[in-house]
Amino acid sequence: MTEACCHGITDEKYQKLDEVINQYKGKPGGLIPVLHQAQLIFGYLPKEVQIKVAEGLDIPLSEVYGVVTFYTFFSQKPRGKHTIGVCLGTACYVKGAAEIVEALENSLGIKVGDTTDNGEFSLMVTRCIGACGLAPVLTVGEDVYGRLSPDKIPEIIKHYEKM
Amino acid sequence: MNLYRAHVLICGGAGCLSSGCKAVLDKFNTELKAHNLQDEINVVETGCIGTCDLGPVMVVYPEGIFYQKVAPEDVTEIIEEHLIKGRYVTRLLYERPASGEQIPFYNEINFFRKQQRIALRNVGLINPEVIEEYIAQDGYLALGKVLSTYTPEQVIQVLKDSGLRGRGGAGFPTGLKWEFTKNAPGDQKYVICNADEGDPGAFMDRSVLEGDPHSVIEAMTIAGYAVGANQGYIYVRAEYPLAVQRLEDAIKKAHEFGMLGENIFGTGFSFDLEIRVGAGAFVCGEETALLASIEGKRGEPRPKPPFPASQGLWGKPTLINNVETFANIPVIINRGADWFKQIGTEKSKGTKVFALAGKVNNTGLVEVPMGTTLREVIFELGGGIPNHKRFKAAQTGGPSGGCLTEKDLDQPMDYESLVAAGSMMGSGGLIVMDEDNCMVDVARFFLEFTQDESCGKCTPCRVGTKRMLEILTKITQGKGEEKDLELLEELATSIKATALCGLGQSAPNPVLSTIRNFRDEYLAHIREKRCPAKVCRALLQYSISSELCKGCGLCARNCPENAISGEPKKPYTIDQEKCIKCGNCLDKCPFNAITLK
Repeated sequence: MTEACCHGITDEKYQKLDEVINQYKGKPGGLIPVLHQAQLIFGYLPKEVQIKVAEGLDIPLSEVYGVVTFYTFFSQKPRGKHTIGVCLGTACYVKGAAEIVEALENSLGIKVGDTTDNGEFSLMVTRCIGACGLAPVLTVGEDVYGRLSPDKIPEIIKHYEKM
Repeated sequence: MNLYRAHVLICGGAGCLSSGCKAVLDKFNTELKAHNLQDEINVVETGCIGTCDLGPVMVVYPEGIFYQKVAPEDVTEIIEEHLIKGRYVTRLLYERPASGEQIPFYNEINFFRKQQRIALRNVGLINPEVIEEYIAQDGYLALGKVLSTYTPEQVIQVLKDSGLRGRGGAGFPTGLKWEFTKNAPGDQKYVICNADEGDPGAFMDRSVLEGDPHSVIEAMTIAGYAVGANQGYIYVRAEYPLAVQRLEDAIKKAHEFGMLGENIFGTGFSFDLEIRVGAGAFVCGEETALLASIEGKRGEPRPKPPFPASQGLWGKPTLINNVETFANIPVIINRGADWFKQIGTEKSKGTKVFALAGKVNNTGLVEVPMGTTLREVIFELGGGIPNHKRFKAAQTGGPSGGCLTEKDLDQPMDYESLVAAGSMMGSGGLIVMDEDNCMVDVARFFLEFTQDESCGKCTPCRVGTKRMLEILTKITQGKGEEKDLELLEELATSIKATALCGLGQSAPNPVLSTIRNFRDEYLAHIREKRCPAKVCRALLQYSISSELCKGCGLCARNCPENAISGEPKKPYTIDQEKCIKCGNCLDKCPFNAITLK
């Protein structure tokens, strides 16, 4: 795990992390903003990054780990090139979000929380994204797709496969 | 400054963005240039206009013509027909759901006509990225007034007189909260805006932050002056990146204009704001958990008292209000408590924004006076239930609330009446359900949500909701027993009485409310192993109608379990033992021969 997770983690990324840490060092409540930035830089929060953050901000690693595992936005696993998030808010749920999840699981051949073997897609379910008027909706990265039905799924996946 | 002969307001709210309004906007700008009209016609990207379902939408002034579902291909026609020749593009006009009658004017459409917009006054009307547009709408007037002519006590008195109550859910009188914070001893105090809008189905705070961020900034600065704080935080959830971006931009501009930061308006008062982005935890909407999260810790709540007003952020007195509450404040200062007090019911003053979603024709945001009935909201503003289905229930208050049914339709909605009806106002999410929604499944959905979001600190919530979820799942799978209902009610009562925070205490509400209103539906699942709404898969039986089946064999070829057999051109049959109820056959059958029981 440790070895596999460190591919692609370059000195340049650690340099960026240092800059972020310096910016928040000594500032009360800086841990969560630093973790947000760190996840932007690395794509996820492996153990090495958490250690670096703990040392940099001078707080116990247990506290950093505690925060990382508490919030669903922080991921300790690398994610695919495209993260698909299906909204499971109430409006989406009553309009058939469960069928959308099923269609995605079938098309991608993975379960919610997993990443495809080729590293292209991760499938997640998300909390209400506030686009209830278009329910059911899903997001791919920052793009939002609304008024979905299961038959629209293959087309969406195809669009990102080429990117 | 340019004088334009027409203004085109294009909705840039989250819903319309997802429907592709950016492309429409770009096309409009290029086409106006091509027609050399860029100096005559002004295109404005606004916040959410409200009718998310009809997006991308736009309003063309001076006439106030409302166009819906506008595609980039329609833009040339709008310019050439409407803006040059003065003829409306009729095929893009709004149509009344029941009659199909076309209504060209924005303010004649029921959805807009029946609203009274105070918190949303600027949303959909101004460009949120241009501070001058906010100022032109009396923006920062209230702040100027307060800083130059009011004492902090006078500000608080206006709020107390207005009767404004917290719009985040609990409905606590805002003026009192400000007074407690002001009177709490301490030299360092904070003002926090709770923008962790986690209730699934509620998106009014998002809309205010994205469509009118300055109203929140102005109100927080007023609050800072009233309670004696010089630092504020806006805690926004990570799911709202556009809101964060617009807030950052607005804070920067307010600084440039001297309305935020040191020595505001030259009065000597200083106040600054910082944004904190959440990280995906529903419980952080609870105020003590939110404080922990801003402090950089796990967002776990703590018992109250002490209340944040006396011991809040880093132990200092802290005022926490919700986005919609703040958005009301500049208007109350400008127009006075007496004006505000006239709107609403005896105990609930002003308006409330509802997020209308689910099985309703016009989904989106509506702001109506307190005391408006559910029937008016769903059937007049919302245009009723689609596909001629029957109204079954409306869920208010999200995972902490309950459902309202047919008998509650004519009840004026305010804080007290909703509680009396077994639900609550909550943040204003209103999800409409029709006869195709199973209430047991909905209760299970909410429990799954609270179970998943339980922070785990206290046992009643951590373990209790898990047990409740297990029982509900069992019922939806047809394995329920009659004594389960009693057990559910018993668990619910003790969780309500003993959980640490509001989240846990209210988690059982959706279950209690559905058992009370839809006991028959629970009993059908338990006694007859039947789901009347045909939602709970384990209780459904797929069969093939021998009259409709043409024997094409498509169903058999798509059945993953080989549960369907038959000879070509003769009716096929399903082996119930093998059927896993995946629904493939139902989707594939070209003759509608698969029936569900």
